[in-house]
Amino acid sequence: MNALIAKDVTKIYSEHTALDHVSITIPEQTIFGLLGPNGAGKTTLIRIINQIINADSGEVLIFGEKLRPNHIEIIGYLPEERGLYKKMKVGDQLLYLAQLKGLSRHDAMARIKVWLEKFEIKDWWHKKVEDLSKGMAQKVQFISTVLHEPKLIILDEPFSGFDPVNAQLITEKILELKANGSTIIFSTHRMETVESLCDHIALINKSKKILEGPKKQVKESYRSNTFLIEHRGNHFTLPAEKYEIKAQTKIEEDLFSTTIKAADGIKGNQVIRDLIDITELYSFQEKLPTMADIFIGLVKADGDEALRKHLQEV
Amino acid sequence: MNKVWLIMQREFLNRVQKKSFLITTILVPLIFPAIIGVLVYIMKKEAESAKAETVQVVDESGKFVFENSKRYTFVPLSMPLEQAKKAYNETKDFALLYIPPFDLSKPEGMVIYTKENPSIEKVGGLESILQDRIRDLKLEEYKIDKETLKGLKVSVNLKQINLSETGEEKSSNSGILYGLGFGLGILIYMFVLVYGIQIMQGVIDEKTSKIVEVIVSSVKPFQLMLGKIIGIASVGLLQFTIWIILITVLSTGVLGYFGLKMPQKQAMEEVTKQMADEDVKEAMSQQNSKIDETLANLSQIPFGKIAFVFVFYFLGGYLLYGALFAAVGSAVESMQESQQFQFPITLPLLIGYLGLFMFILRDPHGPVSFWLSVIPFTSPVAMVGRIAFDVPNWELALSMVLLVGGFLLTTWIAGRIYRVGILMTGTKVSWKVLIKWFLLKG
Repeated sequence: MNALIAKDVTKIYSEHTALDHVSITIPEQTIFGLLGPNGAGKTTLIRIINQIINADSGEVLIFGEKLRPNHIEIIGYLPEERGLYKKMKVGDQLLYLAQLKGLSRHDAMARIKVWLEKFEIKDWWHKKVEDLSKGMAQKVQFISTVLHEPKLIILDEPFSGFDPVNAQLITEKILELKANGSTIIFSTHRMETVESLCDHIALINKSKKILEGPKKQVKESYRSNTFLIEHRGNHFTLPAEKYEIKAQTKIEEDLFSTTIKAADGIKGNQVIRDLIDITELYSFQEKLPTMADIFIGLVKADGDEALRKHLQEV
Repeated sequence: MNKVWLIMQREFLNRVQKKSFLITTILVPLIFPAIIGVLVYIMKKEAESAKAETVQVVDESGKFVFENSKRYTFVPLSMPLEQAKKAYNETKDFALLYIPPFDLSKPEGMVIYTKENPSIEKVGGLESILQDRIRDLKLEEYKIDKETLKGLKVSVNLKQINLSETGEEKSSNSGILYGLGFGLGILIYMFVLVYGIQIMQGVIDEKTSKIVEVIVSSVKPFQLMLGKIIGIASVGLLQFTIWIILITVLSTGVLGYFGLKMPQKQAMEEVTKQMADEDVKEAMSQQNSKIDETLANLSQIPFGKIAFVFVFYFLGGYLLYGALFAAVGSAVESMQESQQFQFPITLPLLIGYLGLFMFILRDPHGPVSFWLSVIPFTSPVAMVGRIAFDVPNWELALSMVLLVGGFLLTTWIAGRIYRVGILMTGTKVSWKVLIKWFLLKG
């Protein structure tokens, strides 16, 4: 089953179109990366899912059901612009936010205790938020997002404000939540996060979705038959009709790294065969595009209608 | 509704648990009894320490016979003024009073010599002693005795009676009504402003601390706004109730501590003590009947009705303006930025407040007073100021219905601006922008 399906969602503000017939499908129990430059429309889409605003047209289905008010109880939302009541105590704050999500006071109490223990911050209950550091407050904020055990968790730039240690901690918790059955939507610019965590991605640019699919498949489709080899001795020539040498760098005395683009139809094995005869091969790997490469490439090319059409067909 | 309740509860508890709430709630009522206490204390001290001042007198006219009183001890001197001045300088006496020979028809030339600047009160006391004596002398000259004079005194008090439509007679006392209208009107004005600004501050805080997006992903913006407005209203009601109880208890307590009763009674006893002779008793009984009348009038004022109307307009006015304050708070990002909107939205309230003095208390049943007390934006102050003056029921009903309609309208308008405003940051807000937000569809 799909956790979320958006069909032709459109939102128009007086001056501009925030979302232009955007459709996405988010399979259950996956981590879905919602990518796109600033102002592309990601936040608008997220707000529509959270029922903070309504779409002008189109439809959103959550676990097969049309969006309705009590769905907010199964969604956990960590906005990019987030904050807490500064004068409130950590415990009271979590209790309040959990109750707003429909938890009973009693259940909320029990779960807060569990989560505070998980983060080893049991003694924070009576601390005021204004006395916490930014990273500490972010932990509290994260707990408030997942306290009601939402089936769909939406995290907008979740790692901002975390040091690497805590970012790692949060990553672990996110994977744990996924393992326990939650679906997670990530909205982020951090490509390394996407690279390591996301199963599926969608790219939104200028209010339109320009790419969607499982990460592996997307990367696969952007293979350019380019290989990275390390070898001893830099004097070799390859038949120009089959190969193009893109770059060559010297790693150390007599050890070189070369990027080779092979013509269509030439597979890795063939490349190795061709190379073995002419140089001493140290390492060989296919150079897959990084998510950052794809992201930047697509957004840059988005002006070019023809290219975009081509890419959507892929 | 459950969520509105949660929000309300948080707003309420959060404010009530603050130290500043505790301090203002306890300190403000302390101010009144403290002032009363200090005043009473000073008065008592003064009365105790006041010993009679010694006044030396050189009376060259020979017309005066001075009697020593509580305030003054007179020492008649029989020596020329110059010599007396020198002698006075060597004493510690309060003053030297010089009375030259004078004509009764033109009493002048009297001088008081003192070492320090004497208080007006003390000089005035001496002046009235002189005046009384001269008047008595004149009466003698005109051959009028005191009895005749007493017979000339006339005192007229108009008893005020309102004839109601049913022909029923009701005594009224415009002084009390004026005071009541004035006090209640100002209370409402202050309440709406003070707590309205608290709402605005709360909304701005939520917006700038960025928590608002987290909250509106759990509740509708309208619920958040409503919960906040109601929560703060209950804080206000609680604070007012505590104030009224504390002020009453403390004021009575302070007066009791100094062995005094309520001010009117005290004045009465003073009067009884000071005056003893026959004609004063008559004045007394007149005074008594006047007080009885006032009490009777007081009992005729429909306090129950006034209290109900007060609470109704108190809440109605607060809700009406509270919603507008919330809308302004949602649009701006700081208190400074809110100034440009604060004035226009509180202007009608200010008009009601000014109208209270200019029209309602002077002419409670005039056309301006009518309109002011019916239009929802001014009615909270105006109607409460007017209610003591017997407002016809249909006018009251009309005003109440319009007020309810008014606050539903402002809440609706404010809700539409609020839902957009709280999520907007970095926008330069103008009236045009607010209207655009209002018109924006969901």
